[in-house]
Amino acid sequence: MAESVWDVVIAGAGIVGAACALECAQRGLRTAVIEQSGIGSGTTAAGMGHIVVMDDSPAQMALTRYSQQLWRALEDRLPPNVEFDPCGTLWVAADDEEMAEVRRKHSSYAQAGVPTEILDSEALAEAEPHLRRPLAGALLVPEDGVLYPPGAAAWLMREAIHAGASLHTPRAVVSAGKGTVRLDDGATLHAAHIVNAAGADAPRLMPGLPIRKRKGHLVVTDRYPGFVRHQLVELGYLKSAHSVTADSVAFNVQPRRTGQIILGSSRQFDAECSEVDHRILTAMIERARAYMPGIGDLQAIRVWTGFRAATPDKLPLIGPTPEDESLWLATGHEGLGITTSLGTAKLIADALTGPTPAIPLDPYLPHRFAGSLAHA
Amino acid sequence: MPERTSSVALTVNGAPLRVPRGTTVAAAVLMAGSHARTSITGEPRGPLCGMGICFECRVTINGLPHQKSCQILCESRMDVQTP
Amino acid sequence: MNARFHILIVGAGPAGIAAAVRASESGASVGIVDDNPAPGGQIWRRGAPQLTTARRWFRRLEAATVERLQGWRVFDAPEPGLLLAERSGLASEAAPCAELRYDKLILATGARERFLPFPGWTLPNVMGAGGLDALVRGGLPIEGKRVLVAGSGPLLLAVAAELAERGAHVVGVFEQAPLSRLLSFGLHLSGQPAKLIQGFRLRLATRGVPISTGCWPVAAHGAGKLEAVTVRRGTRQWQIPCDYLACGFHLVPNLELPMLLGCRIENGFVMTNDFQSTSTSNVYCAGEPTGIGGVERALIEGEIAGLAASGQVDAARNLRRTHRATNKFVRVLQQAFALDPRLRELPQPDTLVCRCEDVPIAALREHRSWRDAKLLTRCGMGPCQGRICGAATAFLFGWTQDSVRPPLLPARIASLSACGAAQSNPHGKDAL
Repeated sequence: MAESVWDVVIAGAGIVGAACALECAQRGLRTAVIEQSGIGSGTTAAGMGHIVVMDDSPAQMALTRYSQQLWRALEDRLPPNVEFDPCGTLWVAADDEEMAEVRRKHSSYAQAGVPTEILDSEALAEAEPHLRRPLAGALLVPEDGVLYPPGAAAWLMREAIHAGASLHTPRAVVSAGKGTVRLDDGATLHAAHIVNAAGADAPRLMPGLPIRKRKGHLVVTDRYPGFVRHQLVELGYLKSAHSVTADSVAFNVQPRRTGQIILGSSRQFDAECSEVDHRILTAMIERARAYMPGIGDLQAIRVWTGFRAATPDKLPLIGPTPEDESLWLATGHEGLGITTSLGTAKLIADALTGPTPAIPLDPYLPHRFAGSLAHA
Repeated sequence: MPERTSSVALTVNGAPLRVPRGTTVAAAVLMAGSHARTSITGEPRGPLCGMGICFECRVTINGLPHQKSCQILCESRMDVQTP
Repeated sequence: MNARFHILIVGAGPAGIAAAVRASESGASVGIVDDNPAPGGQIWRRGAPQLTTARRWFRRLEAATVERLQGWRVFDAPEPGLLLAERSGLASEAAPCAELRYDKLILATGARERFLPFPGWTLPNVMGAGGLDALVRGGLPIEGKRVLVAGSGPLLLAVAAELAERGAHVVGVFEQAPLSRLLSFGLHLSGQPAKLIQGFRLRLATRGVPISTGCWPVAAHGAGKLEAVTVRRGTRQWQIPCDYLACGFHLVPNLELPMLLGCRIENGFVMTNDFQSTSTSNVYCAGEPTGIGGVERALIEGEIAGLAASGQVDAARNLRRTHRATNKFVRVLQQAFALDPRLRELPQPDTLVCRCEDVPIAALREHRSWRDAKLLTRCGMGPCQGRICGAATAFLFGWTQDSVRPPLLPARIASLSACGAAQSNPHGKDAL
């Protein structure tokens, strides 16, 4: 059966895999990407497509900020179907307690070099007329944005192929480890490095990987240009993303370049089926209506679900696994996969080719979960 | 119950129009010499399926966008806009 | 609005009406829900002189004890025994939502026209055959207007006859099926369908409307709206000025609600047994979704479903022979009006396939599947949810569509939230 030799083989052409492929190929590494379905057709396709800086931890801030800057640098090269929109994020405060959190974030972001602006109640109402009044205010992060994830993944993959990467699809990885990748058609790829970028599917290749599926729901509307101008997130979003056990919803809407509105968000563990859960959908919609009463009148065209890849400490797994030098991880990005795909790719490629990375790799290294990792 | 006349007076893009009761807004828009909507690349469009599934007949009625005109009957003083 | 029925019927076309009438004979509580302002579905749409059969069934429906929910559009089936519907028509802020509960469900969701893309097909005044007919019945003046009817299927004849009698100048009917197949179709016809078709042909002949076979439109022309159509027959091509093009290529079943309910689909139609039961318990299906077979078949299947669902099994059994006779028509129709493969060559690279998102065929050709194309070109992501472009790409590329998710048709966000659940406390931070 066919055998070939590579510098790096990447499992998964979601946005993270595609970004890694581009970065590796651009550095002259002989790169192969294995994709079992379609480019960006898994979690990437289900996501909202936000590019957002978050300060849950210094490591999260570093990776999201680094990645946000990388996206901004790409803006002029991205074609229209990527729908890149530097609309900014408004972290919305409903009361004084949340407004204190706004001020805290303002200084925390400032320390990380991220420009932000505090909006009071009036300024917020002017910035987003369809939010209910009065709200306490908001933190504006002007350098955040949104894009259309499958379009972005497709562009990254196309650029990677131009740079010399090779895409094998539709093909599934049957086993990967110790420098060898076996595919479902019997082909064998020998690789100095194997990168598992299979997202929520990553544990299939490496049973025991500390990744759990975290289900989310989204609604997209017909076109209402100007109804929402920024990505809007309630500060309670952080509590939702924090909660390790409970099902939760949070107010999170964003505009698309097309004028459509995407309404989210929800998080559930231990929900394996992809069917729409009406109880969660109702809660999510009602939460959104509490912040934006008029949103109930918009026409919903589609409702869908997706599975984020979540790790126990809310940081992704990037870098070599402790037991197998050839087997690397680029997964576990939870709700920040779109944002941090570019930063992840740089970290992976830097570690493979030598230069000191722009941010430390340490906090994301898989060995922090040593003992719970094994491979197929 | 208000008296029902056999015709209905409405406006299409600000211009007055009188149609027989039972006329759909889609028909009224065509009678006014207009087309229903403009596509996202700027093409003029009109009804295709006539049964509420193609969404090409959408107009704004009384300020509400995305109304399927082929399934809506004209009513007195309706304000129909085809943006 | 909450309602509960022993038997709930979705769709008030011929099949749904027949089901409602027969089911109500048992004394069971029966409801029928339909998104149009009045019953009749497409083929018995109001606003035109009705056939005797239609008038008779409408009278029976009036006389029956059936709760009629006209102007409600079903958009979700969140759990067995429950459908959610939204008021159709003008969506006001107060647009209510309905929870409809049932013990037995009869799906009579009918069919829609298949549209195939060709250059100029998106011009205003290019419509479906049923589409133009519906507009005219909805008040569009057609007297003196030049209408070209094209595409495929007996519907073309019905529409052409109807429009001609309303004073339209029907320049011709252009059927893509070749004459040989249509002649053999005529030979296989019997009973009611034969009479119907002969009737249309007679009415057209009376008004001097020519019927051409083996021909189809290759382009529609006009600045801002339709002015002329180019038709082709073999190697000959010629242009015909006209005001309206009524063009549809036969019918495809409305399978969305059956699929959402988990009904098994075979060869593109809902699988049913002799009593119109589907693979999902307590769910029946009647009419076009089980096979494109015309009004007679839809009526019989509706009757059987209504009788079976209401426990009148013997009466249902007695209709089986008549049913089998009408089933023949499904096969006959399929064979006679099979689509010519050359219709796949009509689109030019910039001809749009997805009208909601303006996606040209050139953008679709590089993709292997409906899902890939949808994700990367947005084809099918508009409000029609792929109903128009899905039927076209199924014919053009053999693509089959994704599974179905609610809402079945766009619905207000407020309606999705369990038909307007109590507002949450804006200051609450409740995790569920």
